[in-house]
Amino acid sequence: MKKRSIEEQFFLWLMRFTTASIIMVLSGLLFVIFKKGYHAMSWAMISEEPQGGFYLGAGGGILNAILGSVYLSVGAIILAILVGLPVALAMNVHMVRYKIWVTVIRFLLDTLWGVPSIVYGAFAFGIMVYFHLRASLLAGIITVALLIVPIITRAFDEALRTIPNGLLETTYAIGGTRSEASFVIFFRQALPGLITAVLLALCRGIGDAASVLFTAGYTDHVPQRLTDPTATLPLAIFFQLSSPIPEVKERAYAATLVLTIIILVISILSRIAGRRFKKYVL
Amino acid sequence: MIEYLHLRRRLIDRISSIWIVLSVMLLLLLPLAIGLGLAIESLPIVKAFPLRALLTSSDWSPMEGKFGFYTFIISSVWVTAIAFVLSAPVCILSAIYLTQYAHARVLYIMNLIIDVMAGIPSVVYGVGGVLVVVPFIKDNLAPLFNINSSGYSVLAGGIVLAIMSIPYMLNMLIDIFKGMSLEIKEASLSLGANVWQTVKFVLIRKGSSGIVAALGLGISKSLGETIAVLMVVGNVARIPQNMFQPGYPLPALLANNYGDMMSIPVYEAALMFAALILFLIIMLFNVFTNILIYKQTKE
Repeated sequence: MKKRSIEEQFFLWLMRFTTASIIMVLSGLLFVIFKKGYHAMSWAMISEEPQGGFYLGAGGGILNAILGSVYLSVGAIILAILVGLPVALAMNVHMVRYKIWVTVIRFLLDTLWGVPSIVYGAFAFGIMVYFHLRASLLAGIITVALLIVPIITRAFDEALRTIPNGLLETTYAIGGTRSEASFVIFFRQALPGLITAVLLALCRGIGDAASVLFTAGYTDHVPQRLTDPTATLPLAIFFQLSSPIPEVKERAYAATLVLTIIILVISILSRIAGRRFKKYVL
Repeated sequence: MIEYLHLRRRLIDRISSIWIVLSVMLLLLLPLAIGLGLAIESLPIVKAFPLRALLTSSDWSPMEGKFGFYTFIISSVWVTAIAFVLSAPVCILSAIYLTQYAHARVLYIMNLIIDVMAGIPSVVYGVGGVLVVVPFIKDNLAPLFNINSSGYSVLAGGIVLAIMSIPYMLNMLIDIFKGMSLEIKEASLSLGANVWQTVKFVLIRKGSSGIVAALGLGISKSLGETIAVLMVVGNVARIPQNMFQPGYPLPALLANNYGDMMSIPVYEAALMFAALILFLIIMLFNVFTNILIYKQTKE
C-alpha cells in the first residue's frame, strides 16, 4: 500500500520538475536574448540601412532586413490566403458530402505540414536554376507561400470545422448559393479563428530562414521592385553572427531582439484579435 | 432587375467554384511536384553513381567527384537521436502532469508558453544555442569527461533541437491525453487504483499509438530543422565518434553549399539528391505518424 503512493509521489515531483524545466528554458532563452540584445540596441539599428563598411563594424542599421522580412511575409501571406482559404472553405462547405476526399486532403496537408523549409528552398531553387531566374523578392515570396500554404489551410480548416452543420443547411434553406454559404456565412463565423491562423502563419513567414536562403538573395537596400533581391531578418542575424568582428556580432544580438519582439507582439495580437472578433460569432 | 441579380449571383458562384477547384488541384499537386522536381534535378548523380555507393560511402570531396552521403546521414541520426532522448521523456511526463494532476490554470499558462515557443523562429534558438549551450559544453560538460571540445558539437545540435521540438510534441501529447474518455479513467480509479497507476496501466496503453505519433512528429521536426542546427553543430564532414565532436547533418549540408555549387553540374545534382533523401524520409515519417493519429482520434 505504501509503495505505490511513494511511487506516485516520486513521479509527481519528477513531472513537476520537467514542467518547470520547460518554463525555465523558455524564460532563460528570452532573458539571454533581451540581455544581450539590449546592450547593442540603438535607434539607428532599426531606422537606417547598412552604410559602407557595415560588416566591418561601421554605422548603419538593419532596416533593409526588417522591411525585407515584412514585405516577404506579407506577400507570402496574401498568396497563401488566395490558395488556402478557398481550399479550406471547399473542405467544409462544397465537399461536405465527399467525406473521403476531405479526409484525403486533410491527411495530405498534415503530411506537408512537417516538410522542412530547406526542402521547399531546394525545390524552388532547382526551378529557378532550370529557368535561369535570379534570386528576387518575388521568388522568395512564392517559396515562403508554398511553405505556409499547408499550415494556413489546415489552421483555416480547424477554425471552419467548429461551425455547426445546421448553419449550412439553414443557408441553403433560405435560398443561398454555395459561394454565399462559404464566403458570407462560414467566413464571418470563423473570422476569429481565421485571423489567428493568418497571424500565426505570419510568424512562420517572418521567422523562416532556410527557404529564402537561396531564393530571396541578400542586399543592403530596401527592395523597391518585386524583381529586386531582398534581405531578411533571420538571414541578417545568421550572417552577422558568423562574423569574427565583435561589433558586428553585437548587432546580430540586437537583430535577434528585434525579431523576437516582432514575433512576441504578433503572438499577443493574435490572441487579442481572436477574442475581439468573437462578438460576430453566433 | 431581379433577373440581373439572379444572374450575378450565379456568376459569382461559378467563378468562385472555378477558383476553388484550381486551388484544390494546386495543393494536391504540390507534394507530387516537389518530389518529381527534386527527383528530376538529382537524376545526373543517380545515373553517374550506384545508389548504394551514394548512401554508404563516407567519402565527400565534390571537387574530385566523390559524393558519399553516409557522413551526413549519420550526423543527422546523431542529432535527432540526442534530441529525441532529451525531449521525449520531458514531454511525456509534462503532458501527464498537465492533464491529470495540474490545475486548469496551469494548463492554460502552459498552452501560452507552448504557443510562444512554437512561434519563436529557429534562428533565435540558434543564437540562444551559440550564447548558452555551446560555451556550457565547452567549459563545463566536456571537461567532465576529459574531452577537449570546441562546444560546437552534435550534442549542442541535439540540445537545441530538443528544445525546439518540445512545443510540437507536448502540444500533441496534451491533446491525446485530454481526448481520452473520462469513463475508463473513472473505472480505473473506482477499482482503487491511484492516479499514477491509472496513468501507467490504462491511459498510456490506451493512448499508445497517439503517443508514438507525437514522438514521431518530434523526430521528423528535428530531422528537417536547418538554421538552428547549422549554427551550433560545427559543420565538419567527418563521422562523429562521440557526442562532443562536430557533425554535419543533411540540412546543414544543403544550406552551406548552395552558393558555390554552380561550377560543377553533378554537385548541384548531389545537393538536390540530399534534399530528395530528406523529403522522402520525412514524408514517410509523416505518413506513418498521421496514420497513427487518425487511428487514435477515431477511437
